[in-house]
Amino acid sequence: MDLRLPSKVLEHIFSFVDSNEDRNSVSLVCKSWFETERLTRKRVFVRNCYAVTPAAVARRFPGMRSLTLKGKPHFADYNLVPDGWGGYAWPWIEAMAEKSPSLEELRLKRMVVTDECLEKIAASFKDFKVLVLTSCEGFSTDGLAAIAVACRNLTELELRECIVEDLGGDWLSYFPETLTSLVSLDFSCLDSEVKLSDLERLVSRSPNLKSLKLNRAVSLHALGSLLCLAPQLVELGTGSFSDKLDQEAVSKLAQVFTELKELKSLSGLWDVLPEYIPLLYSVCPGLTSLNLSYATVQMPDLVELLSRCSNLQKLWVMDLIEDKGLEVVASSCKELRELRVFPSGADVDETNVALTEQGLVYVSEACPNLESVLYFCAQFTNAALVTIAKNRPNLKCFRLCVIEPFASDHETHQPLDEGFKAIVESCKDLQRLSVSGLLTDKAFEHIGRHGKKLKMLSIAFAGDSDLMLHHLLSGCESLNKLEIRDCPFGDTALLENAAKLETMRSLWMSSCGVSFGACKLLSEKMPKLNVEVIDEHSPETRPDSSPVEKIYIYRTVAGPRMDMPEFVWTKHKNPEIGVSHLAIE
Amino acid sequence: MSPEEKLQSNVSDGGLKEHNYLGLSDCSSVGSSNLSGLADDDKATISLKATELTLGLPGSQSPARDNTELNLLGPAKLDEKPFFPLLPSKDEISCSSSQKNLASGNKRGFSDTMDKFSEAKVSVYAEKNWMFPEAVVANQSVVKKEVPQNIPKGKQSTTNNSSSPPAAKAQIVGWPPVRSYRKNTLATTCKNSDEVDGKPGSGPLFVKVSMDGAPYLRKVDLRSYNNYGELSSALEKMFSTFTLGQPGSSGATGKDVRNETRLKDLLNGKDYVLTYEDKDGDWMLVGDFSWEIFIGVCKKLKIMKGSDAIGLAAAPAPRTMEKSKMRA
Repeated sequence: MDLRLPSKVLEHIFSFVDSNEDRNSVSLVCKSWFETERLTRKRVFVRNCYAVTPAAVARRFPGMRSLTLKGKPHFADYNLVPDGWGGYAWPWIEAMAEKSPSLEELRLKRMVVTDECLEKIAASFKDFKVLVLTSCEGFSTDGLAAIAVACRNLTELELRECIVEDLGGDWLSYFPETLTSLVSLDFSCLDSEVKLSDLERLVSRSPNLKSLKLNRAVSLHALGSLLCLAPQLVELGTGSFSDKLDQEAVSKLAQVFTELKELKSLSGLWDVLPEYIPLLYSVCPGLTSLNLSYATVQMPDLVELLSRCSNLQKLWVMDLIEDKGLEVVASSCKELRELRVFPSGADVDETNVALTEQGLVYVSEACPNLESVLYFCAQFTNAALVTIAKNRPNLKCFRLCVIEPFASDHETHQPLDEGFKAIVESCKDLQRLSVSGLLTDKAFEHIGRHGKKLKMLSIAFAGDSDLMLHHLLSGCESLNKLEIRDCPFGDTALLENAAKLETMRSLWMSSCGVSFGACKLLSEKMPKLNVEVIDEHSPETRPDSSPVEKIYIYRTVAGPRMDMPEFVWTKHKNPEIGVSHLAIE
Repeated sequence: MSPEEKLQSNVSDGGLKEHNYLGLSDCSSVGSSNLSGLADDDKATISLKATELTLGLPGSQSPARDNTELNLLGPAKLDEKPFFPLLPSKDEISCSSSQKNLASGNKRGFSDTMDKFSEAKVSVYAEKNWMFPEAVVANQSVVKKEVPQNIPKGKQSTTNNSSSPPAAKAQIVGWPPVRSYRKNTLATTCKNSDEVDGKPGSGPLFVKVSMDGAPYLRKVDLRSYNNYGELSSALEKMFSTFTLGQPGSSGATGKDVRNETRLKDLLNGKDYVLTYEDKDGDWMLVGDFSWEIFIGVCKKLKIMKGSDAIGLAAAPAPRTMEKSKMRA
């Protein structure tokens, strides 16, 4: 008796399966399910661009319409990955141009994207709609012009914190008059001034425009005229908020803001002057997301603003808010789900002491929906962590950065082991954790024992020995990404738990005590991993006992990558010389 | 990632049982003594030791430091137990000996970096060398209360004794973990608007340089060179990695050849030519015009295979013209 459902029925059923996690499970059931699922998957996520080849992805998902790729490891954000390491978008774009020309959406994170890539996208995908580049680099505004000119049905163009070679603001003028489909435009990371008249015309002919994030060069005055043309905006990133306006201009601007009835998200606000803060009052009650992390105003002004934001769910702010400001946030923003507090001083020495652990405690007490925290602070205590853990067992993401490495509890002078123990014990659904401060191996024993749902863990300047790594690798069942820097373990725990590495997406270790010999051993024993030794200062010969600078290990079915620079060693290279026989052709 | 790749059917035999790890209970090193703390018998005593910590301050605990350095060598003194259960027993001896080397190697590694310390970037190693020995040792008694504590502004701790100013502390690479984008943005508190778009000739003039077969582009600032020779040396350096191992590569032609022709030789030797795209979008061979005119018209550079460059627009008798023009 054939119990198989016809594929048409399967297809229909699978059309209700949205999440890729579910789709991955579906595809494991049997061959026919695998086949049907792969033919119907529209959105493909490849979270490590070296884990699989572009050709394999294109082959498996012929119906792909949207591709999301991530390249460099997360610590690349903090300059720990040398330039030229990799993460090139080109092979992917080239492959998709050939095999998936119906691709409509491309979202890339931490990848090297060149103008050639952008030109290729513009030339190859006839129905291209969405380009979102986050923390990417390697392209210039010329590439943007290519996209603007050619993508007739473009709906989203977003550049989030990219490093772009800015050759001027002309690129914006390349959007043809026939382009009326724009929904989202984000060029906040560019430096050059775009032509205001072109921008105004673009905005006027984009009735579906919901999200507009301007760059710093757009003046306050220009903002006013743009907002008149787009009162339907849901997300706004202002330009520089600091021109000197006369009274009439100010009241006109205030009026314009009151017209923004749909506005939910506000960002930008570079250089905002305190006297302009009241301009924003009218939109505050409607805001669910507010990014003040570039607004260098002091606590009293921030408080004026935040006390009016009763529906706020996401707040990014600098430590200028101080404990007092967070107390106000706690009492005013009951819907808060995500809080990020960034350091205002660029250096370790310049932390603002008026922001302490108390600020976070206030918010944890009063905001029942708080589930995601990123907090930079000069000092912390175990007691505060215990309180936060007790208040907020629903935390999913907790990233604490005590700015001083090895800082102990500033009241009891103990390590922060007990505090983080409370966090992992209480917050059973914790998925992401970053630890800091003085921590012994015990802290990691607790994390290993309790952090069962933990997927991503970031560690710096912590622990005493190999035990710390052993606890994590043997205890954290859901561990997917682990990144560690400057911790004193050696080879033992890594090699002991080698098999764990195949269950994880990636492991980054830098300035730890892992030896070259261990890396070689790991490479030999674990063929499904790429073990990359990244060493910009490698000696002429590399004895097995020498510790390596940086190691990046990730599981892959793509085999060794073909684009490794000189300073990356894998087992495919001659260990003495470091020359690969897979030279770039 | 396909879930198939996640199936772990053949990795569970990797000997990851804790008892293998615990089998190292004889180790006198820190790591291992903590390991043995997992064994029931010794748990009480060892775990007590395991919770003892030291804080390091510069120079405050030299005796401790010697002691810890010994401890770093600890594993070397051990019985040779299999540290790497992944390996069959025949590797045991080589493992353990490499373990010995490892321990001393670690020490060497740290002290090497200590010696090289002068740069901010290396301060993290120096700091680590100095800090971790304290932290690593579990058999030290707690010194916390005796030692003045971490002052939030961090006036103490993380500088290396041997060197100097607390400024070193502020320069740990990638710490605090703030995206460089954010750092740069905050650093420019006021925006000045003298962007150069290449015309007035005061700022840098970047052009992209691509090479057939290379996976990524480079950019050069044409204004940072004074003549074709300098440009050619720079390009040669940049793209030499792509031509490594090919016959007739750069070193051979020697420094006696005049710089102006080196690029040509280099490229000729490998059958590549340097071309550029001018303002009209035409691809031309490099070298026809004087340097000043060239940088005014050049929009992009490309190192093409000679065979691809046939038919490119070029001034008549380009080679002879090049030689004469490039003497300028």
